[in-house]
Amino acid sequence: MTSEERASSRENLQQPGRLGEGTVATAGPTAVQKPKVSEGRRSERKLAWMLCAPAAVVMVVVTIYPIVYSILLSFQRYDLRFPNQKAWIGLANYGAVLTNSFWWHAFAVTMIITVVSVAIELVLGMALALVMHRTLIGRGTIRTLALIPYGIVTVVAAFSWQYAWTPGTGYLAQLLPAGSAPLTQQAQAIAIIILAEIWKTTPFMALLLMAGLAIVPDELQKAAAMDGASTWQRFTRVTLPLMKPAILVALLFRVLDAVRVYDNIYILTNGANGTSSLSIITYHNLIGGLNLGIGSTMSVLMFITVVIIAAIFIKGFGTAAPGSDNQGRR
Amino acid sequence: MAEIVLDKVTKKFADGTVAVDSFNLDIADQEFVILVGPSGCGKSTTLNMIAGLEDISDGELRIDGKRVNEVAPRDRDIAMVFQSYALYPHMTVRENIGFPLKLAKVDKATMKQKVDEAAQILDLTPYLDRKPGALSGGQRQRVAMGRAIVRSPKAFLMDEPLSNLDAKLRVQMRTSISRIQKRLGTTTVYVTHDQTEAMTLGDRIVIMRAGLIQQVGSPQELYERPVNLFVAGFIGSPSMNFVPGTIAENAVDTVLGKIPLTERIRRSLEGHKDVPRDVIIGIRPEAFEDASLVDGGRGEGVTFTSQVDIVESMGSEKFAYFSLENAHVDSEHLAEIERDTGSEEIGAAQLVTELDARSPVREGRALEVWFDPDSIHVFEPHSGVNLTAGK
Amino acid sequence: MAITARQRSGWTVANIIVALYVLIPVVWILSLSLKDPSTFTDGHYFPRKFTFENYVNIFKVGGFGRPLINSIGIGLISTLIAIVIGTFAAYAIARLEFPGKRLMLGGSLLIAMFPQVSLVTPLFQIERSLGLFNTWIGLIIPYITFTLPLTIYTLSAFLREIPWELEKAAKMDGATPFQAFRQVIAPLAMPGVVTTAILAFILCWNDFLFAISLTSSNSARTAPAAIAFFTGASQFEDPTGSISAAAIVITIPIIIFVLIFQRRIVSGLTSGAVKG
Repeated sequence: MTSEERASSRENLQQPGRLGEGTVATAGPTAVQKPKVSEGRRSERKLAWMLCAPAAVVMVVVTIYPIVYSILLSFQRYDLRFPNQKAWIGLANYGAVLTNSFWWHAFAVTMIITVVSVAIELVLGMALALVMHRTLIGRGTIRTLALIPYGIVTVVAAFSWQYAWTPGTGYLAQLLPAGSAPLTQQAQAIAIIILAEIWKTTPFMALLLMAGLAIVPDELQKAAAMDGASTWQRFTRVTLPLMKPAILVALLFRVLDAVRVYDNIYILTNGANGTSSLSIITYHNLIGGLNLGIGSTMSVLMFITVVIIAAIFIKGFGTAAPGSDNQGRR
Repeated sequence: MAEIVLDKVTKKFADGTVAVDSFNLDIADQEFVILVGPSGCGKSTTLNMIAGLEDISDGELRIDGKRVNEVAPRDRDIAMVFQSYALYPHMTVRENIGFPLKLAKVDKATMKQKVDEAAQILDLTPYLDRKPGALSGGQRQRVAMGRAIVRSPKAFLMDEPLSNLDAKLRVQMRTSISRIQKRLGTTTVYVTHDQTEAMTLGDRIVIMRAGLIQQVGSPQELYERPVNLFVAGFIGSPSMNFVPGTIAENAVDTVLGKIPLTERIRRSLEGHKDVPRDVIIGIRPEAFEDASLVDGGRGEGVTFTSQVDIVESMGSEKFAYFSLENAHVDSEHLAEIERDTGSEEIGAAQLVTELDARSPVREGRALEVWFDPDSIHVFEPHSGVNLTAGK
Repeated sequence: MAITARQRSGWTVANIIVALYVLIPVVWILSLSLKDPSTFTDGHYFPRKFTFENYVNIFKVGGFGRPLINSIGIGLISTLIAIVIGTFAAYAIARLEFPGKRLMLGGSLLIAMFPQVSLVTPLFQIERSLGLFNTWIGLIIPYITFTLPLTIYTLSAFLREIPWELEKAAKMDGATPFQAFRQVIAPLAMPGVVTTAILAFILCWNDFLFAISLTSSNSARTAPAAIAFFTGASQFEDPTGSISAAAIVITIPIIIFVLIFQRRIVSGLTSGAVKG
């Protein structure tokens, strides 16, 4: 059979259909019955679940279970020093914590540290990102250097700052008037904590911002320059708006991180002189005070704070949660 | 070697869009079938359903009479060539071509022999130890072909395999694909958006639009008897000219003058009931000729004189462009082709004529062109149906 | 592109500022570690009297060797396990279609932003009852958990870069989904896996909160926690020298990583952010 014979014998002229509502309507009845999942798709699902299972199990066992346990403890009077008095007391712990001035003081300290350090980090981080992205000389060296604060152990950096501000020992304390001990003064100590936070995390912020800079096409910059925009105008009118998603993600990451501030404070002041953050005060109640009921209540309240902040970012500012995309499937 | 049957195959995505609607096609053993259409017409989805890479929402797919809707791609024994070639960058050419055999646990000696054979057919022998990154576009394309032919599958599926090549290489590879397919006699389904590729390669062409088959036929049939405006506008390069016309007695009034209805056309119009007065007339550029070069039979033709806008000389022939007043054809059917190709020529008030290279035509001068009234197509303007396509 | 003299001097100044910003605190702790104990309070930035005594002491007297081994061992084991199970999950998330994907992503995001201090008590309680308190496993388990979100996010960003058609091609070539993963995707994902492993290791190496909460002696205490406890020790000696020397010791691996893998760390940290 030649191909021509075949073609004519199988001639299959169809009346052309019209596109539009008609097609969708005829497909209606088939949509009611659940389409059979093919073997390929089913094995894909099975594999996906199998692959996710270990990670899911670990995350659930190590976090979800303790979270539930924390929530249960927060409704109990449970002090390891007086184990006999253990009892369900409803929301009494929440009342106790929320009316406690130490809690609110720590809350305020945490918020001050978070807002001030993240704000300064954003500005410094943007400057550092621009340097890392655009510098014409020693780009690799600069990026390597910038990674050091990111990688260095927080405790190490904190000790460096502590000694720098210790009277008699530190090079920075030398610059202050004689007899001053900044780490024992609340305002100055908080400023030093903020300084330590900024130094450590600005490079991380800068790297996230650099990722945003990289997606602003060079041609756009050139086009704006041809249109007569100055360097500053190019930055504020072209670069910044296009970077907005990257900036929001960087802020979200950093704010959630800053709210948990712990290591720096532990080393620098250990919460003395009114410098406790939420994490520090919670830790002291749990491990130091062994008051599991109150400590767990604080944990839950901190968790709620974090969720509220995340919700504000994601719902309020429209920050895209990373990984939520599903491009390239078809 | 296989026969592939698509029986009312439908693809509906989760969001409710129907990508392919009740697709019916019998593909004979050893046949070379082309799926062609503008982007988004469902041709690639159809191919992916045959491959098993997309689920079939409704209908049945049979290979050699066996339902394979739920069979995993690896068990369908079908090879596929992708637009991006999808070569494994960490494997050498030999390992790439041999990969399907390795998965099928073919023994080493047979594997070597088969890979060498495939490499020879495709002139890849000198490159067997290179990685894909070190190959040119055409060589990569051939490696992709090699990976498909090496295990002698029941069928080849090709998804725009030539669209990443430059024009010259594309023509070359087109011929070699055709030759390999003839030599191996493997059933082939080939997707493209390029109508020239479709016309030159296929035994049969399936034209799709918005998930629906428009027409199935040999290249010649599609060219001579397009069933509707869409097919008529899609097939042929340059595209068919379209002008509005009004049927009056035994002729059609158009901006090209009064075109008498020939015996054949009159009979096919009679075959339709409710032929409207206002129709769209289609004439292929190839139907025209410089009137001064037509000697015999000139009396039966229609002539038309107008000023020539642009002349494109191709060497073997010349294209003369005329602009027409009040002759714009506004049709959704043609608009879709325009959107896809990005051109605005189809349906625009412009006439393209293909003339003999000897024609003395000059830009800006008036020219009398001639055409055979029997070469026109009469379309119903709303449905787009070709009233003169015959059966 | 030629660099003008003005550009060169401008960028040189910018680079110097960055270098000073980074190096001043790091060199300070290095200086302290090299200072002779009698000169700690001289207030000079650079040491006037050099000594390596501090380094010798932390190992000989301070017993810093054990915490260092704990840190390395716990860090490596946690990273290895997190990478293995994180790669599986990242592959599923990046490449496969399945119900529950959003839950998986949302869950790991939740854990990434979870205040770790909230987990300290329950883990402390649970680990004590299971006998895991003050053991390697007792730290490895929370470390795996907290490095998993990072692992899953970073790796799925890397995996998404691998063209889809490669997997389709593997399927057509007769591969099962697992074979496609094992023979096509995994080799191509190796650079991403290495990068992610470095980031995960740095995260474990850095941890302080779990290290001080879930250990009580040097049998499992990691280096950062051990350093912090140098202060609390009722030694007659000033702990400044020991702390600084130990701090430099645990900074060295980080500096080495950064020097060798700068490019990869940068791409790893930025890959997740762009997609968002």
